[in-house]
Amino acid sequence: MSGPAVRPAPAGHVPTVVTGVGVAAPNGLGTEEYWRNVLEGRSGITEMTRFDASGYPFKLAGQITGFVAEDHLPARLLPQTDVSTRLALATADWALADAAVEPGDGENYDMGVITSNATGGFEFTHREFHKLWDQGPSYVSVYESFAWFYAVNTGQISIRNGLRGPGAALVGEQAGGLDALGHACRTVREGTGLVISGGVDSALDPWGYLSQFAGGLVSAESDPRRAYLPFDAAAGGYVPGEGGAVLVVESAEAAERRGAPRIYGEIAGYAAAFDPPPGSDRPPALRHTAEQAIARAGLRPGDIDVVFADAAGVPRLDLAEAQAISGLFGPGAVPVTAPKALTGRLYAGGGPLDVVTALLSIRDGVIPPTAHTSDVPGSYGIDLVVGEPRALPVSTALVVARGRHGFNAAVVVRAWTN
Amino acid sequence: MESSARGRRVVMTGMGVRTPGGAGTKEFWDLLTSGRTATRRISFFDASPFRSQVAAEAAFDPVAEGLTPRQIRRMDRATQFAVACTRDAVADSGLDFDALDPYRVGVSLGSAVASATSLEKEYLVMSDAGRNWLVDPAYLSPHMFDYLSPGAMPAEVAWTVGAQGPVTMVSDGCTSGIDAVGHAVRLIREGSADIMIAGATDTPISPIVVACFDAIKASTPRNDDPEHASRPFDRTRDGFVLAEGAAVFVLEEYEAARARGAHIYAELGASATRCNAHHMTGLTRHGREMAEAIRNAFDDARADATDIDYVNAHGSGTQQNDRHETAAFKLALGSHAYRVPVSSIKSMVGHSLGAIGAIEIAACALAIEYDVVPPTANLHEPDPACDLDYVPLTARELPVRTVLTVGSGFGGFQSAMVLRAVA
Amino acid sequence: MSALSIDDLRRVLVECAGEAEGAEFDGDGRTFEELGYDSLALIETAARLKQRYGIDLDDGDVMAAETPAALLSLANAAARS
Repeated sequence: MSGPAVRPAPAGHVPTVVTGVGVAAPNGLGTEEYWRNVLEGRSGITEMTRFDASGYPFKLAGQITGFVAEDHLPARLLPQTDVSTRLALATADWALADAAVEPGDGENYDMGVITSNATGGFEFTHREFHKLWDQGPSYVSVYESFAWFYAVNTGQISIRNGLRGPGAALVGEQAGGLDALGHACRTVREGTGLVISGGVDSALDPWGYLSQFAGGLVSAESDPRRAYLPFDAAAGGYVPGEGGAVLVVESAEAAERRGAPRIYGEIAGYAAAFDPPPGSDRPPALRHTAEQAIARAGLRPGDIDVVFADAAGVPRLDLAEAQAISGLFGPGAVPVTAPKALTGRLYAGGGPLDVVTALLSIRDGVIPPTAHTSDVPGSYGIDLVVGEPRALPVSTALVVARGRHGFNAAVVVRAWTN
Repeated sequence: MESSARGRRVVMTGMGVRTPGGAGTKEFWDLLTSGRTATRRISFFDASPFRSQVAAEAAFDPVAEGLTPRQIRRMDRATQFAVACTRDAVADSGLDFDALDPYRVGVSLGSAVASATSLEKEYLVMSDAGRNWLVDPAYLSPHMFDYLSPGAMPAEVAWTVGAQGPVTMVSDGCTSGIDAVGHAVRLIREGSADIMIAGATDTPISPIVVACFDAIKASTPRNDDPEHASRPFDRTRDGFVLAEGAAVFVLEEYEAARARGAHIYAELGASATRCNAHHMTGLTRHGREMAEAIRNAFDDARADATDIDYVNAHGSGTQQNDRHETAAFKLALGSHAYRVPVSSIKSMVGHSLGAIGAIEIAACALAIEYDVVPPTANLHEPDPACDLDYVPLTARELPVRTVLTVGSGFGGFQSAMVLRAVA
Repeated sequence: MSALSIDDLRRVLVECAGEAEGAEFDGDGRTFEELGYDSLALIETAARLKQRYGIDLDDGDVMAAETPAALLSLANAAARS
């Protein structure tokens, strides 16, 4: 909407800021490569290459290529980690380096880890299921007991970096990543100086991949440029992807005290709510969730400069989201975008990656477009940024995410002005 | 955040339990106070190829529970347990959920392995009994997405009461139970919800899970004596007994509960968690991180070590855990560690992974309710390194007002929570 | 079967738990701990030795082996019997 807005924070407010980010996305390993590719419209959605998907009803995925785990992680970690954990460890390393944090060797209770996961180390566990039933129980690896469960990334990040503060793992499908960030902020407000947060998911083995199709929302379109068209009249589903983002969340005071090299922005507000049960005539909860997050940031809808949408890519869900946005802000009143059209939906990684993208928009004053979408129904009432990036001063962004079965989460990030 | 929410206290006003050895709260408490165990030979499948053939299974009839054919078809067993417990907890609370603002009611559900049972069932079909890495789309169940990505679990709980506040699954391995309930406490305290359906569920008695604990030799191979196989703190202990179960509570803001004359089991502190940052499955000998979590829980509850009338231990019955925990108690409780009764109900209901922390919270609330401390079953020959009062064999009557419960899990998670009687 | 060599053992260990830290071991007395192999690595290695070579080792003996040389002689003793 209008330019930068500065409103006094609510009383008792403990500002929580992002001081480091790490990204592993189908269209970029590392933050700057990802951001460049987002602005230049380079897609990471391709035909599935990990196995022969010719017999499957869909064949596309957002795959990360060029990640050689051996280049990033010690050899001993490789037999015990799923690809999602390897990516999570590497992106956590990059985020910590970006934030110039050296956890040190001491008993560090002041640094915690809170991540989200939707599918766990699924390729790893698929291999173990296969060995169990094809060969026998004695073939199941010692590492299966911890390589698959949903807290594995939190655990491994904490061990690798010696972080003994609070740890948690939240599951909420595509909304969980924002829940993890919200809980990280809560944990910082409660007194932990720094929390590594975010999410990384990968389930692109045959069983994990096929299972995503069972949700009924994955596109069967074979053209990578037409398969995931958020808010387009021709939308026919989404493409699943792997990857995500890790963010270093600190209290502003702690960041300043230790001389953090940069502050990307403040996580100013967070909220979560759930849709009514199937069959209810109550409205979906997305608008309420967004309103709450904005209010908790001490802001009004008019203060939001851009909305990073959940972008289900399914017409009835796109319409519901569009209605929530236009209802909250007014028709066409705020730019909306979904850079995830270039990566696919990343489940627990999606929300954190959107937050990083929003912070980069704030930093560089540019809103990335929603790739491939060209025909947005007027009835949606949203100003979707399509085609080229839109140069615009961005001071405050709203990021929303919805998870299958009714999860809704929203985060407001804003430029840090102290 | 809402400054008016500062100072809100959280109490438990409803409870629902499904555990081995009993179908509901009463049967659960009867088992615990009797000192009987529910650990038996695995009956759910042919366990003869496995090293550990013992488990604590629950008798659960989804039809008798009132679940519809569609619910039974789509819901994993762990979800069924959670929904059954939720219904019990809701009824127990006496709250009329239809009269509440749905946005003020949330859900925080813990689970470690979520839909593992359903995953394995589907795997056998899709892979043709493990023959094919390229699983067959012709056998893709429409519910497979929900087993892969288990958001359906807390969703089904939310749908039971139409909850529209914050809904999440807390999945911290074996501390999921404490952590999920603690998470709910935080959400009420900060004003994000007034009522939380909080608890945990796990039904992991399935070949893949049995096999993975066999591989690391963490579960007991005492197959010739299943009833006595879970032996926390005993010198002859040799691993935990895998179990299934669930416990779900209604948590409320205290003043509102009092105003409506609700029956209050106990007030709950927030959970404290620390990571040991040491090893994904190994524990330190010193227990410092668990001690730190305990201290943090004390701070939160404004409690002192000497306030504690009962400690509900993690007590999984592995050699390393019970030593680690004993060391942690001594660090955190000082000399009081030698005076306070400590017991592990895993000796009776086994270790249900992510669920057990919530089941143990139920036991703590009932201990407060009835002024009885459940025993540690099978404790005949205490390990000299576990030299605290672990309440061997027989339940003990004593005034129980303030209770500490702890949990420990893979990934290095160490959690603690204080519960206390409300005056 | 012929006796296992230190190279055979190293191969199995690396398969199960990744490359050793620092210099490669050749049974020169560096402990498993120094090489960065934990108890899980040893358990997995013992399972693999059984699967691949039919060598059955006692859990307690495996955990007590402090060096690759010690584990190798255990394995070869078991293979002979």
